[in-house]
Amino acid sequence: MSTPKLALEGLCKSFGDKVVLDGVDLSIAPGESLVVIGGSGSGKSVMLKCILGLMIADQGKVLIDGQDVTRLGGRAREKLMRRFGMLFQGGALFDSLPVWENVAFGLIRSRKMKRAYAREVAVETLAKVGLGADVASLSPSELSGGMQKRVSLARSIATKPEIMFFDEPTTGLDPIMADVINELIISSVKDLGATALSITHDMASARKIADRVAMLYKGRIVWCGPVEDIDKSGNPLVEQFIHGRADGPIKMELKRA
Amino acid sequence: MLNVLAMIGRGTLNTLGAIGAMFIFTLQSLLACLRPPFFVGLTALQFVRIGYFSLPVVGLTAFFTGAVLALQIYIGGSRFNAESIVPTIVVLGITRELAPVIGGLMVAGRVAAAIAAEVGTMRVTEQIDALKTLSTNPFNYLVVPRLIASVIALPLLVLIGDIIGIMGGYTVSTQSLGFNATTYIKKTWDFMETQDVTSGLWKAAVFGFIIALQGCYFGYSSRGGAQGVGAATTNAVVSASILILAANYIMTSFLFKT
Repeated sequence: MSTPKLALEGLCKSFGDKVVLDGVDLSIAPGESLVVIGGSGSGKSVMLKCILGLMIADQGKVLIDGQDVTRLGGRAREKLMRRFGMLFQGGALFDSLPVWENVAFGLIRSRKMKRAYAREVAVETLAKVGLGADVASLSPSELSGGMQKRVSLARSIATKPEIMFFDEPTTGLDPIMADVINELIISSVKDLGATALSITHDMASARKIADRVAMLYKGRIVWCGPVEDIDKSGNPLVEQFIHGRADGPIKMELKRA
Repeated sequence: MLNVLAMIGRGTLNTLGAIGAMFIFTLQSLLACLRPPFFVGLTALQFVRIGYFSLPVVGLTAFFTGAVLALQIYIGGSRFNAESIVPTIVVLGITRELAPVIGGLMVAGRVAAAIAAEVGTMRVTEQIDALKTLSTNPFNYLVVPRLIASVIALPLLVLIGDIIGIMGGYTVSTQSLGFNATTYIKKTWDFMETQDVTSGLWKAAVFGFIIALQGCYFGYSSRGGAQGVGAATTNAVVSASILILAANYIMTSFLFKT
């Protein structure tokens, strides 16, 4: 078995008394697309931030190509980040810059590309996500939610990363735009030959973009398997989640009536 | 009784924690000032925003301050036949104290709030995290340009404030208090020393550093959406103002005694 592209070993993270990650183990093979599902507050975003180094885990390891990068900081972390592309939940576009400069940001910053050339690459990348060149000079605040997500996707693929991260890519979008995003995620990841890790609670999106699915519950992975097997998991937590039932072993914290 | 002790304990620990966090942030910012990359274009843009757009505020503040100072010193001076002291006191008061401090406070209200709001909004919309994922150190990209621009802009603003403030005193004195124009200007120069102006400019540089630092610190550490950014903006202005006044006292009593 070859080295996994990305692996988590016993990742733990707490905030004061609250334990958010309680020993997360995951592994993603090169070129594979893994989707992590779980309820709100199950620790999905915290897990992603620990992998990216936006937070430091309390215990455990994050391994990229077998190399331990858990506590990397400073210049080494910046170098590592160049291999990643990240699509944030709200887009996180820089509102002081026009669309093309957002898309070309990574290119100008880390690839040291000249601005004029970077602008051309940005316009090409926008075309890949179905946006015309006229969008390039707009400001992010002038775009609709779906367009912002697509620009954000363009920004994350422009630097041709090895590993793509998607944080709730379809949240807040109408069903048609959500499917457009799903299609774009599949084609971009395939184009780049990248490994992908997505977190979502949109089951339709998960079924579409995943090779494998893992479920996070109370800070641990409770099930992991190929996406085709998700309906026959036999795991009551998974069953309750994918069918969207309020009753079941997953008890959302509700105040008793 | 135990509750009160716990409250005091918690309060003390929180305050120390906040001071510590600000200290760490300051160190990180200073380190980032020394490490490349340097965003010259962004620094220039911030200089225009902080410096050029604060000119009207500083100009008006200085003019009215100089004018009222002339009035008050005239009233006070007339109690012991020393009305002629007005030009000297105006120039000393403006250059040593009032232009840097009042100008600094006005710019703090404007600039610390704007910086905290902008950086705070970037924080809560994950733009700062996005910067990190695009291999850009937020300190180099956001904090350093604002710090450097502010440290350069404030002394220039205060210098202009000095001139306009003296002009304010001059205008009131010659128009309403019956001073002779030539005499007023001569008396302004007579007792003025270079150190009066330069001490004010050093203060301005320190105030500029404080203003930008507080704006960036509270913006960078804001949490929790619109309310968090609002709180950050207020805290930045209050904190910058208090630190300016404290730094003013420290600098005056230790550095500018002669």
